[in-house]
Amino acid sequence: MNLENFLLLSGVIFSIGLYGALSKKNVIVVLMSIELMFNAVNIALVAFSRYVVPRSIAVDPIGVEVEVAKALVNGAALSETVLRSLLTGQIFAIFVITIAAAEVALGLGIVIAMYRNRETVDVTHTNLMRG
Amino acid sequence: MITLDVVFWIMAVIGVGSALAVVMERDIFRSALFLIVSFLVVAGLFILLNAEFLAAVQVLVYVGAISVLVIFAIMLTRNVQEANSFNSFQLPALVLAAMMLSSIVFVVLNTDWHVWDQLGLHVLPGGSDEIFSNTEQGIKNVFGNTTQVIARLLMKDFVLPMEAASVVLLASLIGALALVREREDEA
Repeated sequence: MNLENFLLLSGVIFSIGLYGALSKKNVIVVLMSIELMFNAVNIALVAFSRYVVPRSIAVDPIGVEVEVAKALVNGAALSETVLRSLLTGQIFAIFVITIAAAEVALGLGIVIAMYRNRETVDVTHTNLMRG
Repeated sequence: MITLDVVFWIMAVIGVGSALAVVMERDIFRSALFLIVSFLVVAGLFILLNAEFLAAVQVLVYVGAISVLVIFAIMLTRNVQEANSFNSFQLPALVLAAMMLSSIVFVVLNTDWHVWDQLGLHVLPGGSDEIFSNTEQGIKNVFGNTTQVIARLLMKDFVLPMEAASVVLLASLIGALALVREREDEA
């Protein structure tokens, strides 16, 4: 279990979601595949936040490395700056989850409006705006 | 450490399997249920990654809310004769996804990641073995209480994105209501 494992798992799930989003007829399945892709990206973001030590968080990267190494060895407290830059990945994941929730609410609203007007949820039959 | 590895591999297999089932399953309702399984697996992965707050958010938002929305939409628009079939882009989509996967694998395996476990090899001379053996405890020291730090980050550094996100949520709430509302003049 290391960074590469998590990134490869995230890549596999992302590719499955991409395949589903591009190759399905039903709009709801397309939305579900997009949710899979969001989840894969979240795994990658949190894995980066957990494993990768940011290089450019301070003017003095060596000092930061020493501080983090001391925290790893004997549990010395990290300074606010270092802790903040370590957790930025999780903050990004929170925003991704927020946007995904908004997207799914709007997307399913559009799907229901489309079903009400056209009696179908098939993306291949939805060509009202074709020129 | 080995137990965690076993847990990770079990979750990876379940996650990939349920993600495949979401795409391949013929019954749309069952693929929605597999989607819930994959959401739960992602929550478990967050716990493995010491992100307990995100795991809770994942369960609340994805497993609690989004899956209910998806299942409601399936119930409201279900077409019994229309199975969960592929469109005419199946082969190009498969090729594109395979290219995506191979490029991701290439990049992941060929990048020199600057990770915790190798830290200290050049920072604290002579202390590398100690650091390596204590990584588990050290990670606990660093990531032990992240929720407070996340809250402080959201309220200080990321306060503008957070306000923007709340506006986005409000707009999508109003938009979803306006989209789904029955029109009086048509009804």
